[in-house]
Amino acid sequence: MDKGLSLQNVTIFNGDAPLIRVHHDVAPGAVLTVMGPSGVGKSTLLAFITGTLAKDFKATGEVWLDGHNITHAPPHQRRVGILFQDDLLFPHLSVGANLAFGLPPGGTSIQRQAKIDAALSEVGLEGFAPRDPATLSGGQKARVALMRMLLSDPSALLLDEPFSRLDAALRAQVRDMVFDRARARALPVLMVTHDAEDAHAAGGVVITLGHGDTVPKR
Amino acid sequence: MSRRYLLPVLPALTLLAMLGPVGAGLWGTFLPAFGHLPAAGLTGPSLDPFRDLFGWAGLPRAMMLSIGTGLLATVISLAIVMLVTAGWSGTRPFLMLERALSPLLAVPHAAAAFGLAFLIAPSGWLARLTSPGLTGWDRPPDLLIVQDSWGLAMTAGLIVKEVPFLLLITLAALGQADAQRSVRVAQALGYRRLTGWLKTVFPRVYAQIRPPIYVVLAYAMSVVDVAIILGPNTPPSLSVQIVKWMSHPDLAFRLEAAAGALLQLALVIGALVVWRIGETIVAALGRRWIASGARGKADAVVAGGALVAGTFSALAVLLGLVVLAIWSFAGFWSFPAALPDEMTLRNWLRFGPGTLKALGETAVIAVTAAMIALILTIGCLEAEYRHNIRVSQRAVWLLYLPLLVPQTAFLPGLQTLMLNIGADVGRWPVMLAHLVFVLPYVFLSLADPFRAWDTRMGVIAAALGASPDRVLWRVRLPMLLRPVLTALAVGLAVSVGQYLPTLLIGGGRVATLTTEAVALASGGDRRAIGVYGLMQTGAALVPFALALLIPAIVWRNRKGLRHG
Repeated sequence: MDKGLSLQNVTIFNGDAPLIRVHHDVAPGAVLTVMGPSGVGKSTLLAFITGTLAKDFKATGEVWLDGHNITHAPPHQRRVGILFQDDLLFPHLSVGANLAFGLPPGGTSIQRQAKIDAALSEVGLEGFAPRDPATLSGGQKARVALMRMLLSDPSALLLDEPFSRLDAALRAQVRDMVFDRARARALPVLMVTHDAEDAHAAGGVVITLGHGDTVPKR
Repeated sequence: MSRRYLLPVLPALTLLAMLGPVGAGLWGTFLPAFGHLPAAGLTGPSLDPFRDLFGWAGLPRAMMLSIGTGLLATVISLAIVMLVTAGWSGTRPFLMLERALSPLLAVPHAAAAFGLAFLIAPSGWLARLTSPGLTGWDRPPDLLIVQDSWGLAMTAGLIVKEVPFLLLITLAALGQADAQRSVRVAQALGYRRLTGWLKTVFPRVYAQIRPPIYVVLAYAMSVVDVAIILGPNTPPSLSVQIVKWMSHPDLAFRLEAAAGALLQLALVIGALVVWRIGETIVAALGRRWIASGARGKADAVVAGGALVAGTFSALAVLLGLVVLAIWSFAGFWSFPAALPDEMTLRNWLRFGPGTLKALGETAVIAVTAAMIALILTIGCLEAEYRHNIRVSQRAVWLLYLPLLVPQTAFLPGLQTLMLNIGADVGRWPVMLAHLVFVLPYVFLSLADPFRAWDTRMGVIAAALGASPDRVLWRVRLPMLLRPVLTALAVGLAVSVGQYLPTLLIGGGRVATLTTEAVALASGGDRRAIGVYGLMQTGAALVPFALALLIPAIVWRNRKGLRHG
């Protein structure tokens, strides 16, 4: 597969014990959902793909993105975006500076500012650039975090329980927005969650760990 | 060397900067102790230096002073801190005491010792405030309070400085000991607060604060500046005598000094062994006490006594600084008047220029040493983060090693070694010697907040395309601005307070506020001491104020960093 995210025989070991095994392709604009109770190692799969797997774990298999093998690339050169359940906006930067951090270098400062303003208005946050992120509501922070990630022009999007901190009304709204934006940019999306509603809303293939695809713990 | 290869070697470089001088100094002590000193035309080996040392009539007394004051100061300051925490942590009085004691940590030992001396001396402020009304004295009584032959004033001077240190260390350890819930469970089982704390929390807290306690013991046994100011003269404590021999114009006395330095090292090691044995005995007694199920009877009395002792300890330093300030502005001040007859700027005009020159020297040395320490520390912690290095408990002890080896055991050797190889004494060697003591404190201050940083921030930043260097400079360090500046302030304060390394490695030619102030001790000019003591305290305290102020101003519009 040329375009999209491809996990080829990815197995993650905790010490010597196999934890999870995934072999799957995610096409551009498609969503793969990995479900399972907490503790089965869903997040270690994402850490392996971003290149930030902790020393305790070992992994075999390969990750390919848009035809490149990124298994051993440094984290910052993988073009893999990720969103966590916390917004993780940099608390020392304004909303605008957070977005500028994501925006790849290049262009005049006026052009860069224009891109940031456009990104903010795309999610209904016109004029928020000078704000302190700590003064935003939960839904606003989630939107800024999403746009910061998209501005960095990733080739794939990983979601690590991204909506579990939001209340029910906000949740559906933010979720739709994330999936819409990903589809519009033709990004392959890999989501891990323990929430069936999220999995259903994603509308793609669902792998459930703890059965079939996982290796029972010895 | 390119930057990619620089980071992994920083931990090794840091260890070398900390332990290299200690090892070299001990070697340089060892040789002359056995009669080998080519610079004085002497070649060993011989046992004469030890024969001379043991022939010195003052030795038994000097050894007893070292052991007695060291053990007593450590036991009492530890008891005060543990009992105050046990009886009061989480209450208003505890919070007030904590707030009063925290800034005192930065007050240099010498300034605190002078302040205490000015308080408790027969002609001191306490005698003046109570005379003649309470005491009936209309002239200072003929009592030997300061520099008493038992070393009690010196012990008190050490206690008032070690209490804030141990309290802050204990507060840091409490967070990881789950103290509050343990005490609540114990109280639900019918234990009084203090007894419940001692039986459930103390064992865990003690295990965590053990290294700094050993540091306090080693320091108190071998301290020089406090001993010169508050300790006895005839004979002085062993460490002071070693320094006296070192500064003797006749180089041959260095052999005796080196032998004394090895003896001092042996005393400290012996005391640490005794302390370790004491720990097991206390632990055994404690287990029996716990098994007995006693709920505590004298809790209120013990807790009250501890709070009073802690308060006195804080007041001694605070009032000491006040009386230093008064003396620095004092004109004629007759006994027993509570305040000077006139307040004047004359002392400041007279000694001010001298203090400014010393302040300049102090600042150059402190800023250099603290900045080097900060860079090495951040490099080590970042290397640990990027290369996933696990730091074992044993490696943590390496950090404490330069603080456990008595200064008087290796600094004389370092000076002698430099003399032998013809190296010049002066500012640069002094900076490197300061670094030995500054590095551990800067590292210990920054390590916890640096490691506690949410590493998902790093994952996010990398996912946004930021290289590891960009993550460090643009995300991690700005977010950690306050702990970084605090660590820098700790390093500055440690350097400002150094007496012995400045004196010995500087060869008497590097004049900082601390060496100048301690040199005034024998003269007894209280106005000069007041000016120098205040300047010294200011030099140590101002960086801490800036470390609080700067982040508050820089991040004034960033709510997310206000409590970070």
